[in-house]
Amino acid sequence: MAAFVGLFRRDLRLAFRQGGDSGLVLGFFVLAVVLFPLGVGPEPAVLQRIGPGIVWVAALFAALLSLDRLFEADYQDGGLDLLELSSLPLELAVLAKCAAHWVATGLPLALISPLLAFLLGLDRAAILILCASLLLGTPALSLIGSVAAALVLGARRQGVVLSILVLPLDIPPLVFGAGAVEASVAGMGARAYLLILAALSLAALALCPWASAAALRQALE
Amino acid sequence: MSGIAGFFAMGGYAEFVWPAYGVALVVLAGLTAHSWRRYRQSVLAVERLQRTRPSR
Amino acid sequence: MINWVANPARFTRLSARAMPWCGWGAAAVTAAGLYWSLVLAPPDYQQGDTVRIMFIHVPAAWMALTVYLFLAVASAVALVWRHPLAEIAARAAAPIGAAFTLICLATGSLWGRPMWGAWWVWDARLTSVLVLFFLYLGYITLVNAFDDPARGGKTGSLLALVGVVNLPIIKFSVDWWNTLHQPASVMRIGGPRIDIAMLVPLVIMAVGFLLLFLTLLMLRMRTILNERKAMALRLNAEAPGPRSVQERAMVVHPGAG
Repeated sequence: MAAFVGLFRRDLRLAFRQGGDSGLVLGFFVLAVVLFPLGVGPEPAVLQRIGPGIVWVAALFAALLSLDRLFEADYQDGGLDLLELSSLPLELAVLAKCAAHWVATGLPLALISPLLAFLLGLDRAAILILCASLLLGTPALSLIGSVAAALVLGARRQGVVLSILVLPLDIPPLVFGAGAVEASVAGMGARAYLLILAALSLAALALCPWASAAALRQALE
Repeated sequence: MSGIAGFFAMGGYAEFVWPAYGVALVVLAGLTAHSWRRYRQSVLAVERLQRTRPSR
Repeated sequence: MINWVANPARFTRLSARAMPWCGWGAAAVTAAGLYWSLVLAPPDYQQGDTVRIMFIHVPAAWMALTVYLFLAVASAVALVWRHPLAEIAARAAAPIGAAFTLICLATGSLWGRPMWGAWWVWDARLTSVLVLFFLYLGYITLVNAFDDPARGGKTGSLLALVGVVNLPIIKFSVDWWNTLHQPASVMRIGGPRIDIAMLVPLVIMAVGFLLLFLTLLMLRMRTILNERKAMALRLNAEAPGPRSVQERAMVVHPGAG
């Protein structure tokens, strides 16, 4: 348990140090969302319609940005080898890293989303549902991303391969996350969508650490 | 419409039916051609290498 | 190591005999299927001649799923039993599966436009098949992204197994969700619910596609085996010196043996 918490705090410290990971991801997220009104025009009806989707897609890309730092640095300097040999099971180590990744990227994204949703002209109910959907869905993004990040260790053109792997696997959270907000705007209630999002994150929590650990072991062979 | 003209018209849906069959044909023929060409290249490569260095 | 020598040789012999049969069989059956689909089958009462697209779309969809299942099973065998031919079979099958998935998506779109009025809808069935297509592409990209082909094969096998969760979602998506795509008419408990005049060309085309898959699979597996053999020969050529195990042993331990 101490090892788990220790790893979690270490990764968290690394992510926040000098604005490192966390700041970059947040900055990209805000920029991406802000670019859309400039691109599609400021018409409120249009922005309200596509707002939830914009925020979710931007969240996806922002999460993608920080993924290669999840394992790569430790892979390069031998930290992963030490982790594999330590008393902490590799699956739990992955979980600790994913948790730190989420606190450093997914959580801030979800917390700043109300501001961005407000700028896009969404009403109060929609803003709440959007924030909730991001809170429920971003853990899945971190976990699924960890599997892809572990698979591409040592590959050529990691960034490209990582994107090709992660984006299709991230489609279910995207569909249900943006869908939740659209359903609430249409008056149909977002509860079912939010429940499915929660289920996706829980399923990812159960399955992804195993898959990631298996991929890490392959990389370390 | 009947006869050959009727066949090609596909009851008015020709612009959908024929492209569908066309896509399938192009993709599968392309895959087959590519696979065959790569196969021939691999056979030639092995033959060439075995001629210069006979294997045991 | 001895296993490695024996199995590929046996496969090479068997496939050399089986390939012509599968190949010509595929051509004959598909030709018959095309004739049945385009000429003999009657237009549908509601859908008119667009129903002929079904004779391509549905068998392609069946193949897209079947090939992925094959890919996943081969990957499992490669990871668990480390059978050398299994990884090669998976690599060979992936592009074929991707091709069938592409055909399924394209023909589905061409069928959807006149029937539903839309080229594409984001319902569960279409979206999960699109995800399947990206999974194929991701697998192909991943196995080729490593300098060490063995690492590429192992990593790809893991990805293939992770993606298997998508298969039941595709199959049952039309039952679980209220989707625009129609529910199953053939592969269901209780038997097919489709007219025999439609079922016959459907099955013929499916058999033709299956034979084509087997032919291309064997072709591509032989290709990969040849390429690896060529690589081994090339490496041997660049490192002149004792080649056989005995010769190497004599050099390393002079006087021994």
